[in-house]
Amino acid sequence: MKISYNWIKEYLDLDVKPADLAEKIERTSVEVDDVVKPSDGLKKIVVGHVLSIEMHPDSDHLHICQVDVGEDDPLQIVCGAPNIDKGQKVIVALPGSRIAGNVKIKKSKMRGVPSAGMICALQEIGFSDDVVPKDYADGIYVLPADATPGDDVYDYLGMNDSLIDLDVTPNRGDMLSLNGTLHDLAAIYDRPVTLDQVDLKEAGQAIEDQLAVHVDADLAPQYRMRLVKQVKLAPSPMWLQIRLWNAGYRPINNVVDITNYIMLKYGQPLHAFDYDKFAGQDVYVRTAKAGEKLTTLDEGEHDLDPQDIVIADDKAPIALAGVMGGLSTAISDETVTVAIESAVFEHDHIRKAAQRHHLHTDASQRFERGVNQAGVQEALDAAAQMMNELAAGEVQTGAVVGSANIPDPAVITITLGHINAVLGTDLDLAKVTHILESLGFDVASKGETLTVTVPVRRNDIHIPADLLEEIARIYGYDELPTTLLTGRMTMGTLTSAQKLMRATRHSLEGLGLNQAISYALTTEDKAKMFLMQDSETTQLAWPMSVDHAFLRMNVVTGLLDDIAYNSARKVKDVALYEQGRVFYRENGTDRPSEQEHIAGAITGTLMPAGWNQPAQEVDFYQIKGIVEAYLKDMAVNGDVTYEANTDMPEMHPGRTADILVHGHRIGFMGQVHPTIAKQFKIGATYVFELNLQAIIDMPKQENQYDVISRYPAITRDIAMLVADDVTNEQIVALIEKRGGAFLQSVKLFDVYDGVKVPKGKKSLAYTLTYQDKNETLVDDAVTQAFEKVEKRLQDDLGAEIR
Amino acid sequence: MSLKDKLSELRQRGLTEIQKSSDLKDVNQVRVSLLGKKGPITEVLRGMRDLDAEERPKVGAFANEIRDDLTAALTKRREELENAVLNARLANEKIDVTLPGTPVAKGEPHVIQQIIDQIEDLFLGMGYQVLSGPEVEEDKYNFEMMNLPKNHPARDMQDTFYITKEILMRTQTSPMQARTLEKHDFSQGPLKMISPGVVYRRDTDDPTHSHQFHQVEGLVIDKHVTMADLKGTLQVLAHELFGDKFDVRLRPSYFPFTEPSVEADITCFNCGGKGCSVCKNTGWIEVLGAGMVHPNVLKMAGVDPDVYGGFAFGVGPDRFAMLKYGVDDIRNFYLNDVRFLTQFTKKG
Repeated sequence: MKISYNWIKEYLDLDVKPADLAEKIERTSVEVDDVVKPSDGLKKIVVGHVLSIEMHPDSDHLHICQVDVGEDDPLQIVCGAPNIDKGQKVIVALPGSRIAGNVKIKKSKMRGVPSAGMICALQEIGFSDDVVPKDYADGIYVLPADATPGDDVYDYLGMNDSLIDLDVTPNRGDMLSLNGTLHDLAAIYDRPVTLDQVDLKEAGQAIEDQLAVHVDADLAPQYRMRLVKQVKLAPSPMWLQIRLWNAGYRPINNVVDITNYIMLKYGQPLHAFDYDKFAGQDVYVRTAKAGEKLTTLDEGEHDLDPQDIVIADDKAPIALAGVMGGLSTAISDETVTVAIESAVFEHDHIRKAAQRHHLHTDASQRFERGVNQAGVQEALDAAAQMMNELAAGEVQTGAVVGSANIPDPAVITITLGHINAVLGTDLDLAKVTHILESLGFDVASKGETLTVTVPVRRNDIHIPADLLEEIARIYGYDELPTTLLTGRMTMGTLTSAQKLMRATRHSLEGLGLNQAISYALTTEDKAKMFLMQDSETTQLAWPMSVDHAFLRMNVVTGLLDDIAYNSARKVKDVALYEQGRVFYRENGTDRPSEQEHIAGAITGTLMPAGWNQPAQEVDFYQIKGIVEAYLKDMAVNGDVTYEANTDMPEMHPGRTADILVHGHRIGFMGQVHPTIAKQFKIGATYVFELNLQAIIDMPKQENQYDVISRYPAITRDIAMLVADDVTNEQIVALIEKRGGAFLQSVKLFDVYDGVKVPKGKKSLAYTLTYQDKNETLVDDAVTQAFEKVEKRLQDDLGAEIR
Repeated sequence: MSLKDKLSELRQRGLTEIQKSSDLKDVNQVRVSLLGKKGPITEVLRGMRDLDAEERPKVGAFANEIRDDLTAALTKRREELENAVLNARLANEKIDVTLPGTPVAKGEPHVIQQIIDQIEDLFLGMGYQVLSGPEVEEDKYNFEMMNLPKNHPARDMQDTFYITKEILMRTQTSPMQARTLEKHDFSQGPLKMISPGVVYRRDTDDPTHSHQFHQVEGLVIDKHVTMADLKGTLQVLAHELFGDKFDVRLRPSYFPFTEPSVEADITCFNCGGKGCSVCKNTGWIEVLGAGMVHPNVLKMAGVDPDVYGGFAFGVGPDRFAMLKYGVDDIRNFYLNDVRFLTQFTKKG
């Protein structure tokens, strides 16, 4: 809501600049989006009097005008506006002036005719299209006839005012009005405020004889109407138009403008109907019936919902209550009798109707947040009074009241001790009482207990905590002490799971992978890839886009998306890991379970080519090295083994392994299937994904000191030819099992399957290290053990020792 | 010529030869020729049997002296030559030390993770627990128990990804308040926790909106917790993340689960509070929301609001990172361009 600084000053004696006032509001009430003075940035824009006009000789629409701008000689200005006419007072941008958008106006020639400046439309001096009166929407603006040529135009148009744009939180509906804002400012600045009193002159017949309303009080706790006859529709006076356009409303005519003005002033949305267009003399407030339709003021056609509250006459709905009026009973140039409605509608119905029909109007916004229920009649009377004063209307005697349920004011009891205990302050009773009274609350105190009666307009205040906020903000948050918690001591430690997750990240970073955080919402296709266990998909009910419609059941596809993003930007070497959740759902349940996963992906090279080393393309053994080192870091208890997996549809059938701990599969690794890589538009990529929760849950090894033997180790190398399908893991397992008590380690140092070995065979070579912790090993002992291994390799694996 | 003279001459000749030797091989030859079994000294010593018993020890001693001298000279010459060889080799091994070092593989934590870790460490130090909750939440915890009943207008502030009517992607980490409050045994001490995590909003991704981002929720409930404590805690947080010279100010705001509710601003780090385009000339930047926990939230979780109370706050690490490093597009955090990820590596 844009609120006028000048308007505030009419009621409150303030000696502060607009910017300071705005800051104070922001610090104490509600957020301020900005403060704008419409004339800022404009220069040399004055009133001009069009003395004469003649057609431009070389144009069918340009006029050559002689314009008096308060100087000795008139200026000649060429103007293309269709509504330019002799005798008008107009807005003139003089040569050397600046108009909206910081555009500079210079002397020029238009089709050969000199033109000294420009006659302006309102839009050209910064008005939004939305607020320019329709009559001037496509042409220049015509100022009042008494404007003095040569004067700056700003004051004539209200442009020297400062407009403070309030971003009102949902609880502060009262701040969506001048009066509500004035009440808050009165407390903030500790000044009295006197609001206008309504002085209504009724005449004519009793309204009861002309109009009856039938109201479902559950839908409309209050529903009131007045009737004003013989209105003379006309443009509103300048001061009213200025109030409206400065608040962001387009002036339309005096009757409609009055309803908007009253809403701005009192916060009470009103609606003006053309009474003569009612079918009958009865008005109903009810829910819509099946099949009913309504064309609203904006010419939108709506199929009404049985939950919509409508205002109806004897035949049909004539307004979508609290949201927007209907076109059939709209105020028009022919209107002579106006029915003014002032009501309270049930906020939930209004909120839903506004959403359902995509009509978020200023009225619906106010009804959703709640209007001042003690001021519904006053706003109605004030509108009637203005229609009498500004449109010569004859206000019929009395108001019809269909419902009048005004809530009781909230009465809240709070103690001084509680206030100080929660705020951490040391306020005394007098100070607290003064703050509450300055807000217009009634305070009765007994000892240190305060009984506070809150005016109905503050519908956000119900409980002691609400009063605490009022006291704190008016006292000033800056004035609160700054302290730290005292009280019983607590331990701040990470859980073992949290520690392991941190260790996981540090380990993988140490291994050269950058942490990625990808989107957990993805496409159906990607959600289902790289599945580590059976699961149903989980889908959003109303996704924003198909790209983010399903919950991921793997982390790898997010990393592949990341690699694709990098690849498309010519970043070819990518090494990423991600720690995050996957969402598995069982058939028949709505809610998926969440499992922590850790995944990695590498493409290009891990170590870029340098002047002293060639690039090494990533391969299976690099990703495996990372997984091995990571699992070693996590120290899971039990053997880690790797088994070829030829069945994962998204993985290379010959280059994929399951990762097992103690025989349990906890993940997979390998090369992404070339078809899938192509689908993601990425090159050869190696990935792994592990069930991190499983790793968290597994028993772990403890660090332990192991004496480093003082006795020398003896090594023996062994090379062998084995069939292609014999795996390294089989060989190592056999050597370790049969290696004897002194075998310390087995290390593969060569693999060869080239031309020098028979087809179907491969050569593997290992170094076996033997050591005794307690004495120097005897060569014979090693030889004996070594020969035993050789024999076993020959017997069990058909190895040919070389 | 007496043996002694012979020996003197031998020494002279030997020392000259040693000095003349030009490489290690020469030195070795000289050593063999002088001190070997067939060398002149051995020969001289062999002639000692012809001497009288009185002369013999004197000549013997003299001969030993000469042998020691020659040995020392040989050792010295060998070292000289070895050094020369070494120096020549070292001179040959000179490299351009300005060539770049061999790169090592090194990964970095995500910038959002860095901020979350920093917040976690700060609050761990103040005795808080770190708790994480489900990303797929029940409407009950995400909204209802946070004092946002169905049809509450403030639900419109947070567009939600629903899965079913009751199941949704959490829009905030606040549901961990309710979940923790339900379980906490206050006889064991106060509740002090933070809860970092991913949250989701039904938003169209653009430079300032992301349908996925992060939050860190904080909650303290005890018998005597004040708003002044909240102010002090937020100040500590701001100082940790942005530096000591930043001030914190509180402004009124509205959240259904706190009352009073505040937003916290810190001094604009771009202009230091003077006013600039980053802070829209206010000198302040909004960084988080906070407040005193609403009695309804306590009540719904079975905690007596007449006895216990406290504060809660919610921090957006994405926003912090954007502000702190001037990141102009929130999508950068989730697209994982390596050139972006590796910018936040300064640890000193």
